[in-house]
Amino acid sequence: MRIGAAKQSYAADEALFDSRTQRVWLGVLAAALLILPFVASQYWLYLTCLVGINIIAATGLNILTGYTGQVSLGQAAFMGVGAYTVAVLDRSLGTPFFINLIAAGGVAMLVGMVVGIPSLRVKGLYLAIATIAASFILHFIFANWKSVTGGTAGLTVKPATLFGLALDSEFRFYWLMLPLTAVMVFGAANLFRTRIGRAFIAIRDRDISAEVLGISLLRYKLLSFAISSFYAGVAGGLWAYFFRSVTPESFPLLMSIFFLAAIIVGGMGTILGGILGAIFMTLVPEALKMVFGWFPNAAEWAVHLAPVRIMVFGTLIVGFLIFEPHGLAEIWRRVRRFFHLWPFRT
Amino acid sequence: MNFDWWMLFEVSLAGIGSGGLYALAGLAFVLIFKATKVVNLAIGEMLMMGAYFFFAIASILGWPIWLGVLVAVLGSGLLGALVERLLIRPMLGESPISVFMITIGLSSILVGAVELIWGADQMRLPDFMPSDPVLIGEAMVPPKIFYGFLVATGLIAIVLVVFRYWRGGIALRATASDQAAAYSMGINVPRVFSLSWVVGAMVAAIAGIIVGSISSLSPTMGVFGLSVLVVVIVGGLDSVAGALVGGILVGLVEAWSGTYLGGEYKMLATFSLLVLILMVRPYGLFGTHEIERL
Repeated sequence: MRIGAAKQSYAADEALFDSRTQRVWLGVLAAALLILPFVASQYWLYLTCLVGINIIAATGLNILTGYTGQVSLGQAAFMGVGAYTVAVLDRSLGTPFFINLIAAGGVAMLVGMVVGIPSLRVKGLYLAIATIAASFILHFIFANWKSVTGGTAGLTVKPATLFGLALDSEFRFYWLMLPLTAVMVFGAANLFRTRIGRAFIAIRDRDISAEVLGISLLRYKLLSFAISSFYAGVAGGLWAYFFRSVTPESFPLLMSIFFLAAIIVGGMGTILGGILGAIFMTLVPEALKMVFGWFPNAAEWAVHLAPVRIMVFGTLIVGFLIFEPHGLAEIWRRVRRFFHLWPFRT
Repeated sequence: MNFDWWMLFEVSLAGIGSGGLYALAGLAFVLIFKATKVVNLAIGEMLMMGAYFFFAIASILGWPIWLGVLVAVLGSGLLGALVERLLIRPMLGESPISVFMITIGLSSILVGAVELIWGADQMRLPDFMPSDPVLIGEAMVPPKIFYGFLVATGLIAIVLVVFRYWRGGIALRATASDQAAAYSMGINVPRVFSLSWVVGAMVAAIAGIIVGSISSLSPTMGVFGLSVLVVVIVGGLDSVAGALVGGILVGLVEAWSGTYLGGEYKMLATFSLLVLILMVRPYGLFGTHEIERL
């Protein structure tokens, strides 16, 4: 039982983790994540790595859509930019992976800022459609700039190497993914304790009021696009190292919808929401696959897996928007409150 | 330099022809947007549903064509009513962005449903349009596009006349111009919402049947909806005239770029046009520029 925390300084009020319970549980989570690769099967490690990549991309989208209120359907395309950057650098220069990943983020950031320019004149739905346009144009570039991107055949990427060790198995890749995801998520969480993050939230709540308060919409909207697509670029770079082949079809519009669904299901405008949403949405197809495997004539049913998956995505988006608009993060908060207040109020 | 003017003319005619279909689909979108202020990203999927209903009746059951069209249109109208009741009505008063995302979800559901029921393969709709090539001067227009254009313009004219003189149409326009005032004048605004979805879905179904019989039928037909979005944004979301002009414009741009640059440039040209319009005239050619106040 923990009723409330009396905070005696501003520092305590601003802290990311404000109670000891929270810190203890965070320690438990960290320990579990460190032990996980030694106990989990290869399949689960594969899923965990995928979840990590998706968490980075979803958190990036959450910064833009959840916190700044600019709906974007271009996240997958920005990931593609990152993935192609990694693939091209890896081929032509052979630079180490951390430089490639940062470059992936940087290039995606520049592209994201260009895409963000219409956000100065249009917003909301118009902007969402402009980002669809941008993602189609990027897809066109991926498929047709053959000298750089290899056309529709795409590019292959060598595994990342760390101290001469190739990160070519799920187990090894995990140790690259985990710290990177942690850094990115903490970076995002900390962003919203700064002026920049607060400005984003002000723009989401009412952009005209924000401008009246002295927040330059031009600068902060572009900044939000930049940060968001930086995340997407890094996630795309990791994706390239994980799957080691990049084609134009790797990043379809459906993937952007996937990320949008992830932050809706998880909860827009909370860091936890991006994480929970990415985990949930990555595992749903796997759970479906498992359920389909239970049916007597499983092979016959496997044909229907793809359409059912698309339907389930759509249903999740619609269902969460209608019945639980604040997403899984809100459910999580309710569960926590129950334990905080127990046994006084249930 | 010997430029083939007849070819340009021919290509332009084909462009205007498919532009008529864009205009029809754009009209379906504008009808819904005008009355309910919902940006319907699932418009392409609604076209697709109409085409598949028609396919199920006319091809699988083998019923006559006219019955197929009738059932497809009625079925789509029913679907529109269901969508409005179950998905859009609960979101009344929520932020437009949430409603927009609902329609994204809806489009995934519809694509999934179609793939589940009819499979992901391409299908052919039964031919029901005359197949003799149509000659205008020396230019030849593909017959399907020509007759599709005729049907589209005819239908657009009917819809426009109906909404000018029919009581329901006047109610719809009243709701579009001022919801509260319309309500206080005794117009049943929720009913108008349903009505606009039903009519929008029906118009979309007809557009879908024509589009499906010109090319072919597959669950990826929803991509057509993206071009429709370009059409309505170019024309202005709430402008019927805009949908017509935008439709022809996009049709022309697609035809020209497809012929002179290559098929893969079609989408690129369309979306470049979209970005250009958004930068220069964010509210489209004929859309109302809404002034925001604090």
